[in-house]
Amino acid sequence: MKNNNTDSRRKFLDNGLKLGLITAIGAIGLTKIASKLNAKTSEASTGKMELMTTDGTIIEVDSSEVMEMEHSKKEAEYDVREGMPNRKFVMVIDLAKCKNALKCQTACNKQHYITGDHAWLKVYKMQEDTDTAPYWMPTTCMHCDQPACVTVCPVDATFKRRDGLVLIDNERCIGCRFCMAACPYSTRVFNWSEPNQGEITMLMDMENQTEHNSAEFAGLPSVKGTVDKCDFCPHAIKENELPHCVTACPNGVFYFGDKYEDTVTNGEETLRLSKLLADKNGYRLMEGLGTKPSVFYLPPVDRLVDFKEGLESFTDYKSVDKPE
Amino acid sequence: MKNYDKLLNDLAPQKFGKKGVIWTISLVVLIVIGIIAYIDQVIKGQVVTNMNDYALWGVYISNFVFFVATSFVGTIAVAVLRLTKNNWRTPIVRIAEIIAVAAIIMAGLTIMIDMGRPDRLLNLFIHGRMQSPITWDVIIIPTAMMVSLLLLYFPLLPDFGLLNKYYKDKKPNLSKWYRIFSLNWTGSDAQKSIQLKSIQIIAILIIPVGFMLQTIDAWLFSTLYRVGWDSTNLGAYFISGAAVAGIGALVAVTYVLQKVYKLEDYITDLHFDKLGKFLVLVCLIYLYFNLNEYLIPQLTSKKGATTHINVLFVGDYAPLFWFVIVGGLIIPVIVLLFKKGRKPLPMFLIGLLVVAGSWWKRYLIVTPTLLHPFLPIQGVPQEWRHYFPSLHEWLITIGTLAMSLLIITILVRYVPIVPIQKTADEQEELELNKNTKL
Repeated sequence: MKNNNTDSRRKFLDNGLKLGLITAIGAIGLTKIASKLNAKTSEASTGKMELMTTDGTIIEVDSSEVMEMEHSKKEAEYDVREGMPNRKFVMVIDLAKCKNALKCQTACNKQHYITGDHAWLKVYKMQEDTDTAPYWMPTTCMHCDQPACVTVCPVDATFKRRDGLVLIDNERCIGCRFCMAACPYSTRVFNWSEPNQGEITMLMDMENQTEHNSAEFAGLPSVKGTVDKCDFCPHAIKENELPHCVTACPNGVFYFGDKYEDTVTNGEETLRLSKLLADKNGYRLMEGLGTKPSVFYLPPVDRLVDFKEGLESFTDYKSVDKPE
Repeated sequence: MKNYDKLLNDLAPQKFGKKGVIWTISLVVLIVIGIIAYIDQVIKGQVVTNMNDYALWGVYISNFVFFVATSFVGTIAVAVLRLTKNNWRTPIVRIAEIIAVAAIIMAGLTIMIDMGRPDRLLNLFIHGRMQSPITWDVIIIPTAMMVSLLLLYFPLLPDFGLLNKYYKDKKPNLSKWYRIFSLNWTGSDAQKSIQLKSIQIIAILIIPVGFMLQTIDAWLFSTLYRVGWDSTNLGAYFISGAAVAGIGALVAVTYVLQKVYKLEDYITDLHFDKLGKFLVLVCLIYLYFNLNEYLIPQLTSKKGATTHINVLFVGDYAPLFWFVIVGGLIIPVIVLLFKKGRKPLPMFLIGLLVVAGSWWKRYLIVTPTLLHPFLPIQGVPQEWRHYFPSLHEWLITIGTLAMSLLIITILVRYVPIVPIQKTADEQEELELNKNTKL
């Protein structure tokens, strides 16, 4: 008796489901047909229309064939964690031109209100060996395509965007500093105390009430107990401006651009990225680690300047000027 | 039942003497000082530590690794000895379980001290991502904590039952608590069989859990690129090191408890002798992994590795490094090879030496590596090229060590140090064997 009961119930459910499925499919089909019919009837008598095909030729079609489509909303909406669509930002640093003028660092410190002891952008005095020539090497965040920092972050506070940027959500960061230990380029800095960024904090707090996202605005304001680093200035890129270090450099050392467009510019000249890298033997730092940085270096060859000139402004123990 | 009376008199938890009270109060004072220092750190930020963007981890992390390592005593001394049917273990397993519980609880707490934003702790669960070794730690530490607690608790049930009866008239209040915790233990065959099965499962479970815990702890470092951490040797190296730290702590604590509670009848020279041999074994294994870790990179002498190892062998950290290797491993092995060296007092001193060596060893694993990054340290304050813990860090660290000792002290106050029921059973068995022989 019991078995029979459950059996019949199962059958009923089974049939019901099948029926429901058929109805649903039918309904979808009907609406499709209806919409097509609608399109035809509403614009039946408007005549011919000129359109351009994907290969650039103009064709004429009957306007009744043309149907209005809704624009995909996703493309219009900008997601901080996704980045700018169809871009891939890269930087090229020409070591042959760097004289350690440090204007890049000053500009970066100023624009990002850096109050700690460790600048985001550093110019290293490099000498691989006593037998090889010394040179100046500016470093930013490498915005790696295989970022070690992102892999180890336990809370997804630091993330990689489709446009190549590696950013930090300092509203989520728990301050474990695992990303700092993971980064082979020692690029990450920590807010050991209250950052005290003055006016910017107030300004950003006001903006906060609207639709501010700290990851987007250069991680500003900095937050005590969280990690900061070079962000490739997304706030500037968005306005079609170059990052501050690029514009500040008097020697045109930094080139910034889009890998998909295959162009980079230092503000004065715009070059083909692939050709530049091929011609001048571009390389990346610690390629052997497999981090795939987005920052390329051109070797310090045929230098027009003496290395020693830069020594005047070299400070071994300081990278951030603080008001006394 | 007469049998139990003497055992209960000897082994039932005792009130603190004068020394015990002073000891406990001192621990509480140290903990309070540590908590005050920690609150100050939370308010001011970790600027109160001597950590910096290069030495980004310091004594908090090495202290955490030390606690994790010490908790391994639960795996090695209880489960391994149990599975290998080493019956001499009975009077010391409870002590090992207590140390393991204290250490793993403190490991969980100390890792939070290192967090820049302890207020965002929940993010680990809300936004947790599986590929981060920290998430693995977040999973394994509570697991190990639970398993260690159960490994301590299940064998305690019959003892709680006995204590319930023992205190029934003398201290009804205390007796009530023992009854609650004994889960109405009557000693029936059904209860016994469930308890035995449970212990068996937990004792087997703690082996993979313990190994995973130590390995994940090692992977926190070996998943990073840094010279000195980027080593395939690290998992096994940490496991063997944990065995050294754990047994060292066990020896030291066992000696103190034997003296304070006058347990010479139960914890005898034989136990110290066996523990001494065990300690020699784990020290030798750890030395072997140390050889792998330091000598092979030195032989191939890649630039980064040579810099790192020279700092340890002859540089800034040489005194500490050789103290750890010679004092913490080689001297113990030599002393414990002699029968006289395995007497309680020399064993105690060696145990302390091993624990101190183990603690500094973790410091040497964490700090020197961070001070030799791939790019040179430039453009930062000169102090950032070195690291030594600040007053805050010391106070907090001492506070955590005191807290682990306090947990042990409290457990020892209310839990029989030597398993009563098990000892009784074994004595009975011994009697039985004698009778049958006659």
